[in-house]
This record gives sequence, structure tokens and C-alpha cells, in this order.
Amino acid sequence: MTWLVPLPVVMPLLGAAATLLMFRRPRVQRAISVSVLAATLVVSAVLLVLAADGPLVVAVGGWPVPAGIVLVADQLATLMLVVSSAVTLCVLLYSIGQGGADGDEEHPLSVYHPTYLILTAGVTNAFLSGDLFNLYVGFEILLAASYVLITLGGTETRIRAGTTYVVVSLLSSVIFLAGIGLIYAATGTLNMAQLVERLDALPDGVRLVLQGMLLLAFGIKAAIFPLSAWLPDSYPTAPAPVTAVFAGLLTKVGVYAIIRTETLLFPGGRVADLLMVAALSTMVVGILGAVAQSDIKRLLSFTLVSHIGYLLFGVGLASRAGLSAAVFYTLHHIVVQTTLFLVAGLIERRGGSTALDRLGGLARTAPVLAVLFLLPALNLAGIPPFSGFLGKLGLIQAGAGDGSALSWLLVGGSAVTSLLTLYALARVWNLAFWRTPATVAVAAPLRSSRLMVTSTAALVVAGMLFTVAAGPLYALTDTVAADLLARSPYVRAVLP
Amino acid sequence: MSVSLLLAVGVLFAAGTVLLLERTLTRVLLGVMLLGNGANLLVLAAARPGAPPIVGVAEPAEMTDPLPQAMILTAIVITLGMTAFLLALAYRSWLLTGHDEVQDDAEDRRVRELAERDEGSDAEDLDADVVEAPR
Repeated sequence: MTWLVPLPVVMPLLGAAATLLMFRRPRVQRAISVSVLAATLVVSAVLLVLAADGPLVVAVGGWPVPAGIVLVADQLATLMLVVSSAVTLCVLLYSIGQGGADGDEEHPLSVYHPTYLILTAGVTNAFLSGDLFNLYVGFEILLAASYVLITLGGTETRIRAGTTYVVVSLLSSVIFLAGIGLIYAATGTLNMAQLVERLDALPDGVRLVLQGMLLLAFGIKAAIFPLSAWLPDSYPTAPAPVTAVFAGLLTKVGVYAIIRTETLLFPGGRVADLLMVAALSTMVVGILGAVAQSDIKRLLSFTLVSHIGYLLFGVGLASRAGLSAAVFYTLHHIVVQTTLFLVAGLIERRGGSTALDRLGGLARTAPVLAVLFLLPALNLAGIPPFSGFLGKLGLIQAGAGDGSALSWLLVGGSAVTSLLTLYALARVWNLAFWRTPATVAVAAPLRSSRLMVTSTAALVVAGMLFTVAAGPLYALTDTVAADLLARSPYVRAVLP
Repeated sequence: MSVSLLLAVGVLFAAGTVLLLERTLTRVLLGVMLLGNGANLLVLAAARPGAPPIVGVAEPAEMTDPLPQAMILTAIVITLGMTAFLLALAYRSWLLTGHDEVQDDAEDRRVRELAERDEGSDAEDLDADVVEAPR
């Protein structure tokens, strides 16, 4: 069944080509994109089931393994694949609904569907890659697509925001490429499984430099403080579905790369203290930024940065419990953060703005919207019994189990961040939903099509599913964490 | 590995970094190009120098490692695409604003001004106009 492994990368790429050819036929474009992403979701789910018996490995082009590029579908990669393809599918449906509601059936941006599919291909390629250079290519594919999406339409604000984003991303790519060059110079290979033993044989100083280069490159992509300033600056101006999919997936690809390289290539927690300090400052600085904002999209961008800190906390602990909780929290956060950005898009259409001083009374005028906002907001803030609470609980337990002074500090930091998240989101709720409607007359609200509301609701329900299925999911992430720490299942699957 | 190659990498990286810190997009673009080429040279330096890696032309023991060159080829293509995109951004920015300087974020400025005037970011305070729950 290994022939299934390349499909999540190949299908979106072929779909992108097909939609590009069909640029005059928006209806055909939409049909192709939806069916391709649905098929990707199905294939990913099948791969997740198959990966339970051990990682599936494909040598691309039939080249012998250490020389050629390998795709590796282990449980971590397939879990990320399933969640990310479900999210991309929902966001695609939302954006199709938005296109329909805006009445641009006749003149939609023909470039949107191909770019979106290429973005998906980049994300899946990064998850499946078993080779550092192919990981770099995956990143470049998704970044190139994201440059186009973030400047879609080319208005002045988007160009300004897009410029920051493009330049920072280019810098991180250069650092990544230089790191790859150095790793190849030191070891003579880029196959991750082969790197495992060759990196272990290197002197400590050299390993630390290589680790630092990769951490720096991935840290920029994952928006870890102090490398996070670009994110709240550039995300909010893009169209709602674009911001949503960026918020859900792009930073998480960076986090995935950190988890993969820190466990597989550089185990032993040499920079654990650094990661913990970065995690703490990411959480606290991010959430303080969110508290100061008066625009929902910007506020959500800051909470996104802040919650990356939780993921890093689990990685920094480098224990089985910590990694397991970090993976669980990553999956939960992809869905919840995407949902909140989609809801912010719906709020913008209903209230004419996402600025908190111009919104009001939405609980009465748009009760469905209120429910759609409240559930993921409580989930993100970590109110029991939602999955946000379960993820944070797992991290705090892992931190307490570690027992060092630094991890207790992190435990305290996570609790404070969680409360401040609740405060920030409660402020949105009070001002936008409970206050008397603003005196400023709102321009005629844009109609939100049923498809937009349905796809948002589907993601809200998906967020709830994490709560219902938390037991089995935690069991799964626990085996993922055990495999990550053991390293041998991955290496043996690639180099038998 | 030759020292001159590494020196060239160092110079390219240093000049690229300085240019990247500029506000004008055209200079940033030049900086990105220098940085990209610096990284390419670094990858090239990772390979053992030697004869062209063509079977039949040289002995395998004397050949250079072709893999870094293949990677550089990929990286060059990527840098080319990104350069073109940045150039388009700079042109678009010039069309819209008449210059290609990257501006501060308007919302950032607003939050900062509010902080300087020592006001909260809520223009209207909550207590003033919280309403009773609808009956």
C-alpha cells in the first residue's frame, strides 16, 4: 500500500495544474479543488490507519534509499496530514461560499484555486519528507503559494503587509539553506534516518551550530518570540479564509519541523533550557500583545503567537508526556485557531468591521454567529471540558512531572497565559456581542452564504470532536511520542 | 575547500544583511539576491572539488560531488522566482504610493499612540455601556 504515500503531494499538484488550465471555468475549478482535497483527506486517513503498523516509506523515483529522496508516512506525519487536509477542505468550502455570496461568480480570481492547491501540496510535502532538502523544497512550495495568497488583489495594505512577510520568510529560507549546506558538509548526507547516526558521531560544538541554524530557520516560520514580530503585522490584512489557513497550518509546519528535528536529529535536550525560556517569553509576550489590541483579527494573531509557546514547552520538556501533549495541542490548535479566524471573517461581514470599537450587539442580531464564536473561544482559552483544557492539562502535568525549577516556572506561565487568553477573548465577547449596538451606522452587512456558515460550523464540531475523542487520541499521541523518543522505528523503516 | 570561496560567502552574507535592513524595497531585493547567492556558494563549498562528475570522463575517485550542485540548481530557480515576485511587489508598491519604502503598520501606530496617551485600547469603557441581558 506504499503507493498511497506520495498521493497527498501529487494530487494537489496535479489539481493545481488542472485548475490553472480551467481558469475560464470557475465552476469546474471549484469542482476539481473540492474533489482533490476530499480525496487527499481520505488518503491521509487511510495512511493514518496503515501507519499504525509502522512507518510507510517510499523511495521517490525508485532511487536507492540513502542517495534518493524518501517520503516517510509515520504516525506523526499522518496525524498532521489528516487534520491539515480536513482544515484545508473546510476553508476551501468557506472561500467558495464567500465567492458565491459576493456574487463574483463571473469574475473570480482565477489564480486562487491553483495557488491554494499548491499551498496544500507544500504543506503535505513538508509533513511527509524524510530528507532535509526535500523539506526545504516543501517549505518553498508552501511559501511561494502563501506570498501570492497574502497579497491577493494587490491593495496598498496587503502589499505593505505582504512585503514584511515575504522578506522575513526569504531570510528564514536562506538560513535554512545555509544550514543544509553546513549539515551536508559535515555529514555527507541529508537523509534524516542516515543523519541520525552521522550527527551523533560529530563533535558537540559542530552539532550545536547545526542545531542552532535549523532552530533559527524553523523558529522564524513557527513565530517563536523574539522571531515572531512579523506575524501579527502581516496576517490580519489578507482575506479571511487565507488568514485562517495560514494561522492554522503554516506556523504548525514550522512547529512540526522543530519537533521532528529536535527529537530525531538532535536528541538529548542540549538546548532544552533555551527552548523553555523561548516558550515562556512567546506565551507571555504574545498574550500581552493580544490584550492590547482593539481589532479582532490582530488580537487572534497575537493569541496564535502566544499559543505556539505551549507547543514549544512540550518540545522543550523532551519527555514522553511532554511530546505527547505537544502533539495533541498542535492538532487541537490547528483546528481551533482556523475556526476563530473564519468566525472573525463572518463577524467582519455581519458588522462591517473587525475593530472592537465599531462592533456591538451581535449576540442579539446574529445569535448563530455568537455560538460559533463562543465555543472555539472557550476552547482556545482552555475551559473544561474542551480539548484546549485537556491539552494544557497534559502539558502542565508533564511540566510538573519534570520537576525542575524552570518547568515549574513554565507551568505557572501556562496558567497565566491561559487566564489572559480568556480575558482577551472575553473582551471580544463583551464588546462585540453583548454591548448595545454601536451608534455608528453600519454599512449594509454583507450576506454570508449558507456554505460559509456550514463550513465554519463543521470546524467548530471538529474542535468538539477532539474533546470527545480525547482518550483514544491521547493514546495515539502517546505512542507517537514514544516512537519519536526511541528514534529506531523511524530509522529502521527507512534503512532496513 | 578553498578559503577564498568562504571569504566570498562571508562578504556576500555581510553585504546582503546590511541591504536587508534598508527600508527601500529595491535595496532589500538586492540584499535578498546577495544572501541567496551567498547561501548557494556555501552549499557549493560543502562539496569536494574535483573533476566533472561524468562517467567515462574522469575516475570516480577524482570526481566532485554532484549532489550539492543539483541542490544549488534547485535553490537558484527558487531564488529567481522569489526575486521576480519581490520585484513585482516593489513595482506595485511604486504604482500605488509613488515610492517603494515599506511603511509602518497603521494599527501598530494606533495602539502605540493610545499607549502614549495612557488610554486603554477600548475607545469606550466597558462599564459605561454594558447593557442588561435582553429580556
